[in-house]
Amino acid sequence: MNRTIYDLIGLSAGVMFILALKGLSHPRTARRGNILGAIGATIATIAVFFYASEGNELPLNNLGWILGAIAFGVLVGVPAARKVQMTAMPQLVALFNGVGGGAAALVAIVEYLKLGDTASTGVVIATVFTVLVGCVSFSGSIVTFLKLQELMTTRPVVFPGGRFIIAATLLGTVASAVWVVVELGTTPLLILAALSLIFGVLFVLPVGGADVPIVISLLNAFTGLTVAAGGYVLDATLLIIAGTLVGASGTILTRLMAEAMGRSLFGTLFGAFTAKPQEAGSASETRTVKSGTPDDVAILLNYARRVVIVPGFGLAVAQAQHTVRELADLLTAKGIDVAYGIHPVAGRMPGHMNVLLAEANVPYEQLSEMDEVNPTFPQTDVALIIGANDVVNPAAKTTPGCPIYGMPILDVAQAGNVIFLKRSMRPGFAGIENELLFDPKTTLLFGDAKASLTKVVGALKAL
Amino acid sequence: MDLIAIVTIFVLAVFVGFEVVSKVSSTLHTPLMSGANAIHGVILVGAIIVADHSETNLELGLSVAAIVLATINMVGGFVVTDRMLEMFKGKSGGRANQSSGDKK
Repeated sequence: MNRTIYDLIGLSAGVMFILALKGLSHPRTARRGNILGAIGATIATIAVFFYASEGNELPLNNLGWILGAIAFGVLVGVPAARKVQMTAMPQLVALFNGVGGGAAALVAIVEYLKLGDTASTGVVIATVFTVLVGCVSFSGSIVTFLKLQELMTTRPVVFPGGRFIIAATLLGTVASAVWVVVELGTTPLLILAALSLIFGVLFVLPVGGADVPIVISLLNAFTGLTVAAGGYVLDATLLIIAGTLVGASGTILTRLMAEAMGRSLFGTLFGAFTAKPQEAGSASETRTVKSGTPDDVAILLNYARRVVIVPGFGLAVAQAQHTVRELADLLTAKGIDVAYGIHPVAGRMPGHMNVLLAEANVPYEQLSEMDEVNPTFPQTDVALIIGANDVVNPAAKTTPGCPIYGMPILDVAQAGNVIFLKRSMRPGFAGIENELLFDPKTTLLFGDAKASLTKVVGALKAL
Repeated sequence: MDLIAIVTIFVLAVFVGFEVVSKVSSTLHTPLMSGANAIHGVILVGAIIVADHSETNLELGLSVAAIVLATINMVGGFVVTDRMLEMFKGKSGGRANQSSGDKK
């Protein structure tokens, strides 16, 4: 295959990627868009096997190794993607993004080892960029994975002098990047890679749990840009196009996500350093909450005219989507108006809860976005909050300086009655006390969301 | 390739990237991110190219690792995105069929 045909195939793959992103932006075309992207990527991959670059002949060298490595990657990636619980899906996406960044960094390193002194300054700069950002994306994504998997604390990690350590690491990283460009050589490049890996970890550690999705999206955009730079190093136009597309759309997406959460990007990344330390909620422990039985909850629901269900991550963890639908169906059959109030970041990522409820066949018309449902709370008799906390926490409006301050919330406090189904009094993902729990009109039902809901459904049927 | 040609491609691709996702409901943020994530898995092409070039064992080892990681990114990314979007399928027709199927 000659270069022209190869480039034309690359161009068509690039067009497919554009159409894929376009398709993914609309609910009706999203799935087709994704499949189109997969076809584009497959075509591009197959084409490399039939293209002999200058001085090389077909078949490719190390063909066995290449095919074996692809087969191994498929054997790892596909089962992981197919078997993951939908609740754990955000961290898997983070992990996939991280390995992509790692792959780009490795590609640049190998090409650099091979080119040695013959590399032009432009190529060296692109290599440095790819290694630096690819490594940051790799180690940063691993930390976001650990946070979402709750293998480490979800609170912002801030240590004394943290910002100086981060600044020093960044300075060291930039200095070693300049060193590579000026001196060339393998040692500076490896030092650069090591410092970038450390910087990636330090960069994500101070980010609070609720903001992690924004960081994943940002790192996704980073990886896109590394792939584009890698494309320059390898003189592969398709990689430049695909990487730039992802970098640009990822940046926009990061901004949209931050807006949906009422956060500025700057506040997300550096908020932990500027926020005032939280006052310990020692007074709260002595206050009492009103806890109810499943029967109490059933009675409240039975005599309501309008119920808004606010699902949160606790519902997803308990796999209670199906039970909640059963409850909603039962209430609807009794002539009660039921809606689901979906916070943009309910679950762990924007849109995550919609995916989970769609899995349980909840009718799409019942899912209301925050802006639609908020004005209806004063006419709502019962707000049933299942395993959510931060997204209904009035502290976001009333307590300047708390980690979620400024995030738009669902105004459940406006409803006649508020029912929380919670596992415990433990604060939510963002680690903040919720004043609403102590409100006189709030009833709490402790326990696993699914077990509680099953009891409530039983009690409702018995009424 | 000519530097100007590359800069041209880069700048135009930035604008296309901005345009295609400028209006998207929050429902689709997660699948869109995941789909874009899978697309940058196309670095696999680059990994294959460097594996072809590899002469020393070190180079080959690193490029094989790059191929494995890139494949996981690309294939895993598209599969998990498809699984997410499968949940949204057939808001009218497909869903009705599905729920009637459940009742049988």
